[in-house]
Amino acid sequence: MTWLLFAEAAVPEGGLFDLDATLPLMALQVVLLTFLLNTLFFRPVGKVVEDREGYINTSRADAKQKLEQVRRLEADLQDQLRGARQAAQAAIVDAETEVDSLYREALATAEAEANRTREQARNEIESQRETAQSKLMAQVDQLSSQIIQRLLAA
Amino acid sequence: MALLPFTLPFAELEVGHHLYWQIGDLNLHGQIFLSSWILIGALLAFVLVGTKNLSRDPKGAQNLLEFLWDYIRDLSRDQIGEKYYREWLPFIGTLFLFIFVSNWGGALIPWKVIELPEGELGAPTADINTTVAMALLVTLAYFYAGLSKKGWRFFELYVEPTPIMLPFKIIEEFTKPLSLSFRLFGNILADELAVGVLVYLVPLIVPLPVMLLGLFTSAIQALIFATLAAFYIGEGLHEAH
Repeated sequence: MTWLLFAEAAVPEGGLFDLDATLPLMALQVVLLTFLLNTLFFRPVGKVVEDREGYINTSRADAKQKLEQVRRLEADLQDQLRGARQAAQAAIVDAETEVDSLYREALATAEAEANRTREQARNEIESQRETAQSKLMAQVDQLSSQIIQRLLAA
Repeated sequence: MALLPFTLPFAELEVGHHLYWQIGDLNLHGQIFLSSWILIGALLAFVLVGTKNLSRDPKGAQNLLEFLWDYIRDLSRDQIGEKYYREWLPFIGTLFLFIFVSNWGGALIPWKVIELPEGELGAPTADINTTVAMALLVTLAYFYAGLSKKGWRFFELYVEPTPIMLPFKIIEEFTKPLSLSFRLFGNILADELAVGVLVYLVPLIVPLPVMLLGLFTSAIQALIFATLAAFYIGEGLHEAH
């Protein structure tokens, strides 16, 4: 490994705080490493991470928007459902009242018809009885006059 | 060491020995560059593997990379502020990753297996040159960020909230890089030395808790350095904290 020993002139003493040309070269090396790492590491990885963050943010905003839309639609449908229920209820009530009124009407007409028929029958009976009575009366009169004549003749 | 009756192959303490490379009149600490190249190579290889198939549903290494990126983003956003953190995220992230990889690599890789003619491989951050280089870069970044965004109004920072603060603020500009570099350097070197001494005395089992503590400190130091760097840059931008 003696090839590593470039020293030809007098080798310096060394020491712990031996500052020499290592310093600027190391600084240059660090600056070069900065540019290398920037192109190889920080820029591409940063781009990926930030793209992902952007993707997550837009996805989240999108999802939030969609959720809002769903909520709105749900409320809308709920409203519609409530309206439909109310309409159905009203229709049922309407139908019930209509049926009721129809029933009452039919009942009334039927009762009136029955009354009328009964009245007519009674009237007929009455008139027949009257004619029969008058007929009987006439016969009674006739018979009684005949009886009187016979008795007088005798 | 000579007093001991035997020497252990993996336990030898060397402080302040460097593998010198000489380019012209310039001296370089070769072992620092060798280990940092290995570690940077590993880091880049991992990054390349992890970013090969990036997708919206992360798989495998992409998860870890994304976790790291998220961590670094939170760190820099907390310190620099929402407005400017993007421009500084790569710098803060590089500091964090490089220091973290260096610290952990220095602690976890058995460098002693590779024999060097002089000095020894280890954490690049255990060398004062590395930490001072990064601390100076942070100071440069701080001034650049402030001056480019605020212009001359950047210097209002020195007289806020009162002009009495001016001398302290000026002193602070020197203590910032000093404390940054020495904190990291001291912690990592001390950790390596503590482990080295313990391994030298008792090679088995006993150094393990200290090694674990060292791993913990190493991670914390990387976080501290990156956080402070971001905080200083944020301060230069006058973002309210």
